Amino acid sequence: MTKPASDVPEARLVEGGKLGGDAPDDKARASKGAPVKGSPLGLVLPIMTIVAGIVVAAAAWWVFVKAPVQYGYTADGRLNGSSLFFTQKIFYFHVGHAFMLFAAVGVAGIASAIFLKTRNPKWDDIAAAAVDEAVMFGAAVLVTGSLWAKAAWDVWWNWEPRLTMSLLLWLILVGYALVRKFAGPSADRVAAGMAIFGMVGVPFIYKMVGEDSHPPSGANGVVMNLGTEYKTAFGLSALAFLLWFLVLTIMRVQSTRAEREVRELRERGLDLGVLS
Amino acid sequence: MSVLRQAGRIAWKDLRIELRSKEIVLTMVFFAALLCVIYSFAFPRDVKAIRGAAPGMLWVALAFTGTIALGRAFDRERENDTMRALLLAPVPRLSVFLGKALAMSALILAVAVVAVPLLALWLNAPLLDFPAELAIVVVLGVIGISLVGSVFAATLLKVRSRDVLLPVILYPLLVPLFVAGTKTTAALVAEVPNLDIAWYWIRFLGVYDAAFLVLSLWTFESLVIE
Amino acid sequence: MGRGLSRVEIKKVAKRYGSERALAGVTLELRAGSMCALLGHNGAGKTTLLGLLSTLVRPNSGTIAYQADGKAIEGDAVRREIGMLAHASLCYAELSAVENLELFAGLYDITGANIGALLDQVGLEERARNRPSRTYSRGMLQRLALARALLTKPSLLLLDEPFTGLDRGGAMSLGAQLGDLKASGAIVVVVTHDLEAIADRTDHIAILRRGSLVFEERGEAYTYEQLKSIYHQHAN
Repeated sequence: MTKPASDVPEARLVEGGKLGGDAPDDKARASKGAPVKGSPLGLVLPIMTIVAGIVVAAAAWWVFVKAPVQYGYTADGRLNGSSLFFTQKIFYFHVGHAFMLFAAVGVAGIASAIFLKTRNPKWDDIAAAAVDEAVMFGAAVLVTGSLWAKAAWDVWWNWEPRLTMSLLLWLILVGYALVRKFAGPSADRVAAGMAIFGMVGVPFIYKMVGEDSHPPSGANGVVMNLGTEYKTAFGLSALAFLLWFLVLTIMRVQSTRAEREVRELRERGLDLGVLS
Repeated sequence: MSVLRQAGRIAWKDLRIELRSKEIVLTMVFFAALLCVIYSFAFPRDVKAIRGAAPGMLWVALAFTGTIALGRAFDRERENDTMRALLLAPVPRLSVFLGKALAMSALILAVAVVAVPLLALWLNAPLLDFPAELAIVVVLGVIGISLVGSVFAATLLKVRSRDVLLPVILYPLLVPLFVAGTKTTAALVAEVPNLDIAWYWIRFLGVYDAAFLVLSLWTFESLVIE
Repeated sequence: MGRGLSRVEIKKVAKRYGSERALAGVTLELRAGSMCALLGHNGAGKTTLLGLLSTLVRPNSGTIAYQADGKAIEGDAVRREIGMLAHASLCYAELSAVENLELFAGLYDITGANIGALLDQVGLEERARNRPSRTYSRGMLQRLALARALLTKPSLLLLDEPFTGLDRGGAMSLGAQLGDLKASGAIVVVVTHDLEAIADRTDHIAILRRGSLVFEERGEAYTYEQLKSIYHQHAN
């Protein structure tokens, strides 16, 4: 006795095959003729984008207009006069970016943990998107950090805590990206493992770079003590870049999900024999 | 407890196989020795420079030999797909993990036992001045490498590009371990040895190992089952 | 010796590997004392389905329920009932046949296993039993693999192309042993292209195509001709 025919009501079978099962709400939507929904977030993304834009503008104003200028000194103690204004201000963008790297590792780690438990690809999409964005942002951090170090201390790189921390976080993210790219079909599972282990390693990295600074400043090595005028500019810029990171990540997740849905629709079409 | 008993059975199986051919231990010891020779040419015969460099050299040697040993040992489970046989068995998957990690620790430790005196000899570095502390930090370091390494070597078993991906994954994750190991060794080897700093980093490494042991036990099954 | 699985219910299991869909919503029921031929072209999803049945692969959606005497069982208890024979021998190359079987007897908590008798049953020659298995020929390795699978007296035996590399006599003999296992109440699932070896014993046919179950039928005992015609009709 052969199995009953497909349970998608409006479909016509071209061959005598049996169709695979589908998610029930997809079928219901498809049979009603409604378009498949792109993102569950709807209005949140545009609002967030606007807020992020405002915060960036506010941060930029605060950074360039309100916060006092700090002079940099060369290695032998002379005032470093040239392009002083901008190179010092890079500090605000640099540290904000570093917080974003923290957030990326955290998001990737948690999303990966949920993905491993549920095997639902939408969590894997989130982790992959967060890491991709963070790798690019992170590269920007390291380059700008390098510029600042050159202007402030006349060296392209020194192993100061914030820079080191950024580099190590970025390396974890780059490792994740490489695994995703080259591990073949099970890349999502392997990369998820790396994200989780990376996230657990962050507190150890933090403690480790804190102990490493000259002079040792403990856990405060990464978060400096700042005067209030600096603090607002600093806080705003950190918030601005965090928001931008989230906005871009969400956009990327949406595009990955859309790709996935197109692919699944195509498969269903092939199954039905409607497409070839 | 049956989890530990089965883990012991699996670890003993690995060690028995290694004892027969001794392939990994012999090749890794030779590799470590070659690394030591290369290091000694790379650095000037200045005692101060060597004191500074010896801790790093030791831990780089452990990193490289550890990774290659992991790759080779897990390769054995790929021949004839025996990892599948282990995962199919009614033993808890944690036993499989613990057994492999135990066996890897023993193997890498065997290499370290030879590499450390060799380094001390060829670099004229006072590595053996504080044998107890050095032993503790090397054991903790090897355990950490074996724990994290076993999780990912097992995960990568059937994955494309596994040979190059294992170090790509392991090294960033093991950075705190290598830093702690190097700082301890440096504190022991310094002109004025600082046992306080050494013990600080030994404790750091202990916490690191504990955290990653728990994490490995928690995630091993999810990572290894497709 | 386990209670023995009485039924395995596969409900709408789907599996993707990255962007590749291996299985799409397959539903199937396996019963004790039956031999199921899982057929289809390469890439149809047969190996994935076996992987899911063996608990070594987790589905993206859907469930597999294992029952013994009407009660559901899961986890370690399920694996105790499963035996597998694949293309690889699943045995350690550096250990001898006897050592391999002793190891697995320990892992499966089987005491008093008569390893000698088992090796006699599968026909592994005495001289080879204490040599490392990397010295074995392909046929000997298959015998060792079979011994390993039978050692634990599984009630669900999964076979992935077990006849490749065997000569006609070996294949028919293995087919006969599988028939015996089926007769003794086990669930036997065979993925193979060698329809002759499973003919006259198979009572359940399932054909996969591009990840979907396109044909399923239960009967008495399909002959070789019947199997061939059904396969050609539906697998393409």
